[in-house]
Formats: sequence, structure tokens, C-alpha cells
Amino acid sequence: MRVCLVFSISRVVPTCRDDPGRGQCLRLQEMSALVQLVDVSKRYANAAALHSTNLAIERGKTTVLIGPSGCGKSTLLRLIIGLITPDSGTIALEGSQITPANVGALRRRIGYVIQEGGLFPHLTARANILLMARHLGKSHEEMRTRLLELCELTRFSGNLLSRYPIELSGGQRQRVSLMRALMLAPELLLLDEPLGALDPLVRASLQKELKEIFARLRQTTLFVTHDLAEAAYFGDEIVLMNEGRIVQQGSLVDLREKPANDFVSEFINSQRALAFT
Amino acid sequence: MKLLPRPRLVGRDRRARRRGPNGLSLPSIILFVAVFSANAQPIVIGSKKFTESYVLGEIAKRTLNDAGISAEHRQGMGGTIILWQALRGRQIDAYPEYTGTIGQEILKTDRKLSLNEIREALTKFGVGMTEPLGFNNTYALVMRRSEAQRLGLHTISDLRNHPELKIGLTHEFLDRQDGWQPLRTRYTLPQQNVIGIDHALGYAALKNGSIDVKDAYSTDAKIAEYDLVTLEDDLQFFPRYEAVVLYRLSLPALALTALRKLEGTLDETRMIRLNAEAERTRNYEIAANLYFQGGTGSTTVAGESFWHKLRRWTLRHLELAGSSLLLAVIVGIPLGIIASRGGPSGQAILGFASVVQTIPSLALLALLVPLPFFGISVRTAIAALFLYGLLPIVRNTASGLQDISRALRESAIALGLSPMARLWKINMPMASRSILAGIKTSAVINIGTATLAALIGAGGLGEPILSGLNLNDHVTILQGAIPAALLALLVQWGFDLLDRVLIPKGLRL
Repeated sequence: MRVCLVFSISRVVPTCRDDPGRGQCLRLQEMSALVQLVDVSKRYANAAALHSTNLAIERGKTTVLIGPSGCGKSTLLRLIIGLITPDSGTIALEGSQITPANVGALRRRIGYVIQEGGLFPHLTARANILLMARHLGKSHEEMRTRLLELCELTRFSGNLLSRYPIELSGGQRQRVSLMRALMLAPELLLLDEPLGALDPLVRASLQKELKEIFARLRQTTLFVTHDLAEAAYFGDEIVLMNEGRIVQQGSLVDLREKPANDFVSEFINSQRALAFT
Repeated sequence: MKLLPRPRLVGRDRRARRRGPNGLSLPSIILFVAVFSANAQPIVIGSKKFTESYVLGEIAKRTLNDAGISAEHRQGMGGTIILWQALRGRQIDAYPEYTGTIGQEILKTDRKLSLNEIREALTKFGVGMTEPLGFNNTYALVMRRSEAQRLGLHTISDLRNHPELKIGLTHEFLDRQDGWQPLRTRYTLPQQNVIGIDHALGYAALKNGSIDVKDAYSTDAKIAEYDLVTLEDDLQFFPRYEAVVLYRLSLPALALTALRKLEGTLDETRMIRLNAEAERTRNYEIAANLYFQGGTGSTTVAGESFWHKLRRWTLRHLELAGSSLLLAVIVGIPLGIIASRGGPSGQAILGFASVVQTIPSLALLALLVPLPFFGISVRTAIAALFLYGLLPIVRNTASGLQDISRALRESAIALGLSPMARLWKINMPMASRSILAGIKTSAVINIGTATLAALIGAGGLGEPILSGLNLNDHVTILQGAIPAALLALLVQWGFDLLDRVLIPKGLRL
């Protein structure tokens, strides 16, 4: 178990701590992914949201899912957190397949941030962040320490903690949402267009901070966006999707230099045109 | 114990003849026996559950007391059968009765019996009967005095020559075996224009000329009040209902002598005046006093003060509305939670609650009364109010939960909270505004609807409203209606305050 890790920010390649043999560990790290999707597909009513898909999410890296609206990127994210179940295929977190029986426990190892933050309006920022820790019966001391760490990490002023979500700005709400997601030190962080609703200035500064945080935590992150500049900024690995399929996977350079098809070049050029003219 | 509403304040309990012992079950009769058998010392006078019987019972008690005999009056014990059983079972020593009722209900004969025949038959039961007190309280047809004089009408037979007269009759009289149909056959009456109308409203209709003839009890207080005349029953169609006192033959001679002093002292006019006094003051003692004062003069209102009554009505009203609301909350919120999940069971719950709401409140009470557990009781009123309170709570709980955005519901799931924790820590608090609004609606509806509880004798602020309707007395109606309206406002304000406590601050900003 990784209980010892739950409240530590500076995680040093988590898989290696569990592994007795160091050499084997390094090899495993190279080979095995934290999340593994095998032949996963999902249909809504009569339309396929996701065709049979394989994807591995590497440890310690930020993988960005990008594509036009309705391309299946959010579906993929929701499959991983277990909000929807796949029609076929398997999804595994660190080797354990997600089933209805263990999905509750697995969710606690995954942090989830959505566009509008998903903060509960009836709870203060503090109560939102501590909700799950309290539910699990963590000690006050433990929670207080962790909360201080998170405030420092996300540069969130402690005296705003007793405010309700409606009393916070959009950027502050996303910081609280991030703290809530990181509270239990999850192995995987899922971000569904977390900056999509923010104005450009706030967005730019938060992008910078988020990137620093991910690096500092060596956080395995799956980041969904439809903004190519954001994808390029965060993505160690970019996964481009269209019409329920992964079209190409690689670095931004790969996508630009060796586009798999016309859609890839069209997508990259359209967004670059918007971003740089 | 109040078992029946008083649909009219004067008149014999004719309905008892058809419905048996006024809906009372055997166990409650046994309870009666148990309660009253302990008391043997003073002479116990019983009375039936309507004004005239109360007044006669009170007069009998006073007469005994004036003769130096200790006596008490058990008021309004119920219908004929209960009083008769109580007399035979020695729980009471005497009670006022009517000869017609004795023949039909106690001796069960259709033959018209003479007083001596009745007396002889009663002896077998160890019961004696005084001579008639002087008045005959039977059904009668009444008209405005002016109209009767103008047309020269004195008897029911005279009506044959006036087919144009409009007749308004109580529904009971229209249906009775000894009511309108046989009466019309016996007298060969030509009138076609016959309508059914409530007893008290019928008097108002007669007064303002909407109808010309109506049925009445011959000692109704309204006959004097509205200056009406009774048409003589010249073919002796209506049985005679001479008022008498029935007593146990074991009654001490001294007491009997005192009671017999009442014989022949009360004619119709006098009884009408006593009834009127009782209705006006709503105090039977005052009406009885009038008898001893020689029938002159008026008296001041005493007894239970208005404020005392108001307190009693209001407390009962709150008890009815409060306990039904509590039940509706306890049952309605879980049902609302189930309904919020949709599906066939959710649809069924919302459908059921909606259907209940469409049943008129009177009909719902009428439907509940015959059920085994309910009957004429506070329970029935609470059950009906509970059913009415259910829909707003169920619907608001369901819609409050359904209105929570998908993003927030999924955030709670994604955090890994268990379904129970999601419900109580996240979803219920977020739906609290809607749920409280539903409870508030139910509370206000219940305060209003609880006034109908008086119809089945459950009391509350409906009591003065109902008596006011029966007496066509607006002041009495307002005595109940205004406090009920104020109560509804207070409840509304109370819940507005409660909102501030119960709805989380984050939802109120």
C-alpha cells in the first residue's frame, strides 16, 4: 500500500518504492504505464462515442488529449474515472482492472478537476478540499498540514479557505478544485479543460503555475483541452483524437513534421493560424 | 370525546335510526360502561348529542338539585342506543327521550303505541316513563308567516291548492321512508318545484323568498327567529315525538317526584325559546336557567370565554396540522429521494401523490371514515392531512435532487464518496432549499385544510367555522377563519426563518 505517500508532495517515482529490485523497477518504469486502456469502446444510444481504442498513460508525464468537440476525449476521461463503463475492452490502473466492485477505491487514487471546478456550493473552500479526507476519517493534524502544503503549492491565500465557492473568483475556484483533487495525493490527475472558463490573463498565469506543480510533484497527469497552444505547453505526449478515434500520438514536433493524415495537419495549421496571426 | 359533528344544533338524532349507534363500536360502549359504572352515588342524568337534549338534561339536573338531591349531567353521550344501553346498564339513572323514538328504535315496532302501551313495554326492562313534558318535536312543514296569511294556509292539506309554491327540503327528509315521498302521496300534493338544500341554508333561503316551504323540526329555534309558522299535520302523517323522561324504576321516590314536576311544563313555544337561547349563548346551563326563571328575560354569556375557546381550537389545530406535517416529512422525503431516481417506481410515487392531491378534501375524509382503523376520529383527520401534505414534499425533494447539475453530481462520484455520503453530504444539502419550500407549502396547505377536520369531530379552528355555517352566523365563521389565516401566515414566516438556519450559507449568498 501507498499510505505513506498519501500526504507527501515530493514523490520520488512512486513505483520504485514498492519494488524491491531497483534495476527491475527502472525497467518496469520504462515499460509499464500507470493507466492502460485495451480495446475500449463506448456507444451512446446509436452513435459511437469511442471506437475500439488502446492507450497507455505514462507515469510522471503529462499526457494531453486534444481534438475538436465531440471527438471522444471527454468520454475517454469519464471512462477512466468510472463515471461511465465501457461497452467492451478493459481499463486498468496500475495493473488492477477497473470493475464496479473496486471503482470506489480506485477513484480515491485519482484526482479529477473539471472546467467549472465542480465545487459544492454549500461547502466552504476548506470543506470542499477536506471532504474526502474527513469522510475517510483522517486526523485533524494530518489534514491541517496537508492543507497548508496545498495552499503553498497552489499559492492560495489561507484566509480565503473559509469562503464559499460563490465568493471566489474563477481562478481561485480552480485552485481550490485542484487542491481538492490533490488532497489525497492521487497517483493520477485528470483535468477536463480545467482552464477553459477563465479569462486569458488568469489562464496564462495558471498554466505556468500548473506546469510547475506537475513538475514538482512528478504528477502523472491526463489533461484534456481543445487548445493546441495549451496542449503544446503541457504535453510530454500529445494524443490527437477525432470522431471517436485516436488519430496520432506523439510529441508536438511529431504531429507537425510527420502528420498521420490530412486531418492532423489541418488541425495543427488551423490552430496555429489562430494563435500566431 | 367528541364523536360526531353537529350537522344541526336542534333536532332529534333521527339519523341514528338508520345508522345504528352513531358509528360507535362495541369496544367504546364497553369503555363507557367501565367508566361510568364506578359512579353510583349521585343521580346521573344522560343526554343525547344535540342541543335540545342537552338543555333537557340540564333542566332535569337542576330540578333534582333544587329538590336537594345530588345529581350530575353526562352531556351528549351519543345516540339513542347508547343512552338506552347506559340506562339499562345502570350507568345513568334517567335521560330525556321522545315517544316516537321509543316506539321505533327501542321497542322496534311500526305500530303507533299509546303512552300506556309504551309504559307497559318499558316496565319489562325495569324502565319507567314520565308523562309528556308538553311539546312534540316532530317533523313539520314551515312557511313565512306573512306568506301563509296572504294565501290563507293553515294545514298541509291547504298546500294542494298552491302548486306554484317552491319547496326546499333537507336531503335527509327527501330520502326518508317517512319523509317527502309518502307525505306527498298521503296529501296528494301537486308541487313539482322541490329542491334539496342544507338545513341551515334552507332557513336563509326561506327567509329571503328563494323557497316558500321547507321541512323543520317543530321546536327549531329558527321558527321563532324568522317569524315562521308550522302548517298543521291535519292527516296526522308525522308520528308523535312527545318529549318524556325515561328513568330506572329503581330511582328513589324523592327523585322521581322531583322529575315529574317537569311534566307538562314545556310547550313548543317555550322549548323553541330555550333552544334559541342555547344556540345564542352556546351554554346549556344558561338556557336551563331560563326555564327556571319562568321563561322571561335574557341572560349574559358565561361559561368558556372566547379566548379560552380560541386557545383550545388553535392548539388542536396546530396538533392536527403539526403531526400530519411531521408524518408527511418523515415519509415524503424518502419517497422524494426514490422518485428523484426516475424509473417506473419514481413515476408511480409522483403519480400517486398527485392523484391524492386531486381528491377533494371532503371526499378524502368521507373515504377514510369507513375504513376500520379510522372512523370519526382525530386519527382520520391527521391521515387525510398527511396525504395532502405528501405531494409538495415528495415533488420538491425529487425536483431539488434532479436539479443538481450533472457536473456536481459527477464530481461527488469522482471523489469516491459512497452513495450514502453523496446523498447526505452533497445532494440533500444542495436540494435543501427546494425541500424546505415543499415542506412550507405542505404546512400552509395543512393549516388551511385542517379546518375541515371539524367535519369529523376532530376539532380545531374549523369548529367555529362549521357551527357558523350551520347557524348561518358570519361572526362565528370569522372566529375560526381569521385565526386560521393568521396561523397560516405565521407558519409561513416561521419557515422563512427556518430557511436561514437550515439552508447552508453557501446556497444563500
